[in-house]
Amino acid sequence: MSAQPQTRAGAGEAFAAAFRERRGGLPGAGLAWLEGLREQALERFLAVGFPSPRDEDWRYTDVRVLARRLGVPSAGPGPVAEEAVRALAFEGLEAHRIVFVDGFLAPALCAVGPLPEGAAVGGLAEALARDPEALAPWLRLPEGADGLMALNLAFMTDGLHLRLDDGVVLDRPVHVIHLRSGAGASAHLRHVLVLGRGARATVIESVAAVSEAEAVDNQGTTVVLGEGAALDHYHVREAGPRLYHVGAAGVRQEAGSRYVSHDVTLGGRLTRSGIHVELAGEGAECVLNGLYVVGGRQQVDCHTRIEHRSAGAVSRELYKGVLDGRARGAFTGRVVVHPGAQRTDAEQANHNLLLSEDAEADSRPQLEIYADDVKCSHGSTVGELDETALFYLRSRALDEALARSLLIYAFASDVLERMALEPVRRQLERRLTERLLRPEEAEGVI
Amino acid sequence: MLLEIRNLHVSVEGKPILRGIDLAVAAGEVHAIMGPNGSGKSTLANVLAGREGYEVTGGEVLYRGRNLLEMPPEERAREGIFLAFQYPVEVPGVSNIYLLKAAVNAVRKHRGLPELDAMDFLKLVREKLRLVQMDEQFLYRSVNEGFSGGEKKRNEVLQMAVLEPTLGILDETDSGLDIDALRIVSEGVNSLRSPERAFLVVTHYQRLLNYIVPDRVHVLAGGRIIRSGDRTLALELEERGYGWLLDEAARGQAAGQAAS
Repeated sequence: MSAQPQTRAGAGEAFAAAFRERRGGLPGAGLAWLEGLREQALERFLAVGFPSPRDEDWRYTDVRVLARRLGVPSAGPGPVAEEAVRALAFEGLEAHRIVFVDGFLAPALCAVGPLPEGAAVGGLAEALARDPEALAPWLRLPEGADGLMALNLAFMTDGLHLRLDDGVVLDRPVHVIHLRSGAGASAHLRHVLVLGRGARATVIESVAAVSEAEAVDNQGTTVVLGEGAALDHYHVREAGPRLYHVGAAGVRQEAGSRYVSHDVTLGGRLTRSGIHVELAGEGAECVLNGLYVVGGRQQVDCHTRIEHRSAGAVSRELYKGVLDGRARGAFTGRVVVHPGAQRTDAEQANHNLLLSEDAEADSRPQLEIYADDVKCSHGSTVGELDETALFYLRSRALDEALARSLLIYAFASDVLERMALEPVRRQLERRLTERLLRPEEAEGVI
Repeated sequence: MLLEIRNLHVSVEGKPILRGIDLAVAAGEVHAIMGPNGSGKSTLANVLAGREGYEVTGGEVLYRGRNLLEMPPEERAREGIFLAFQYPVEVPGVSNIYLLKAAVNAVRKHRGLPELDAMDFLKLVREKLRLVQMDEQFLYRSVNEGFSGGEKKRNEVLQMAVLEPTLGILDETDSGLDIDALRIVSEGVNSLRSPERAFLVVTHYQRLLNYIVPDRVHVLAGGRIIRSGDRTLALELEERGYGWLLDEAARGQAAGQAAS
């Protein structure tokens, strides 16, 4: 046996061949720095391969299952009807809409309204054509990047580009819709969101599939928040049972900035959601909320890493999971308090509800603290519904099924209640009630 | 007879708690179950409501002539049994008004009545809120979440008033109540007294029985009813405590054993 990592020799060769064939047509082709980055990234992928299940960071993602399905990237978008996009709109939400199909911008499905001076909202490919140097600092191969992240950077086809100059406030949220049409094997979007000092925005990303065909997403996101900037970032994944979705977001926060993430997974065969936050500036704050409600053979792996690099920064993390059938949910929450990050205030919690004997939840809080004046707490639970509460509701004449559903709904909606954007919150609450309750029972529960 | 308990034996985790209870409650009556801590009072209340974790090892319970112990808790509730909990449960994320409406309509459906519409329901609830002197805002809060001890107990009586049970079981409803809350809760219960309805009032202290005057008083000790009487028995207990009764019961038992 050779020391060849997870890449089967054939698969590595297929990606190398696809790269040689496609590179001339990828966004930013001809830009020396970008071509260099893509080559470097491909080499890295060929060297390290897919992450191994032995790798601590990937212990709970079935990477082999993912890798087997991760064919060479789509060459172009498949057809998607406008209704599919409309179905993903949030009722009552006025938003700029950016739509990607199979990893490519679909201009005909986009709708971007008037923007304030100093704001850019659009596709990454387009931004690379217009002003590539402005993006150069944010497109890099991170040290220690794993094979999937490397593959994303080698093949990135497009993605959201959001840039706000200092002080620019984007009143209307940006709704990014990423759809899979069933054409092509893998999609590699890269989103770049750069907010200047004091800039503010809200971005919602919806991931869904219009076909039942197997598909793999390998997405990367870079978020940069200048001093005092604020971003509310929503992820809503409602794909069908055959979508494999990997997302890795890197967030860098300067002093006094605020990053709020709501990471919701209700669908998909396998979802890996990675968020890595660098609290680089003093008093920066991040809030990471997460909810996964899955069943059948679905898998969800939420992997977060928060680095307190500067004094007085605050992090708040709450992830909740509801697992039915043979579903597996994993949460890893690493909080690193670096030397000098005094007055760090970090709270983390992960709670899981198991609804069946075969469901599984893994919860790993990991705290590394190298400063002495800090306030850190964490808690995690894996359990079943509270029998006392169940009896209480049944003793009030509610049948057992309704009592159970109500308690599950209450457990999960606790995360949704933290969302500031009411149309998104309402819609997700409705989704949950539709899933858990009969229509006549759902009335008045929200 | 509305409720007939015959030679009821109940164990919890293999340990006998109730050791042969006989009790008959007719419609229109109020029975008080008194006794020292650990005598099995709450076990009796919970077994009647259908809580899990209690193993009936002997005897039977008939409610309106039907085998009560066969019914799941929700069916007992629909048939008119209501347990006011000693420790009302907080249910974050489920509003009081949702629970009340779901409960009322489950009972109505069971009785073949049409569901109440929003207007009629609100009218009914407002009327009952006045009874327990609760503010309407409590309806829109999560069930018992963040309620004070007194508010929780009043909320139990509110639920009972809305559901209009045939048999109301109050499990230490007086514990943790100040004198004003005790009065409000008792008035709520008294307003529900009627010839069709009966109450089992489980309490450690006589105090509650000054407000909710019982027809019969039973003293439970060691899993058995060791004495029954009218309300003067409760007054006697207040004066003399439980000790003398326990001593008498022990002597009686010893004599019984010696005789056999």
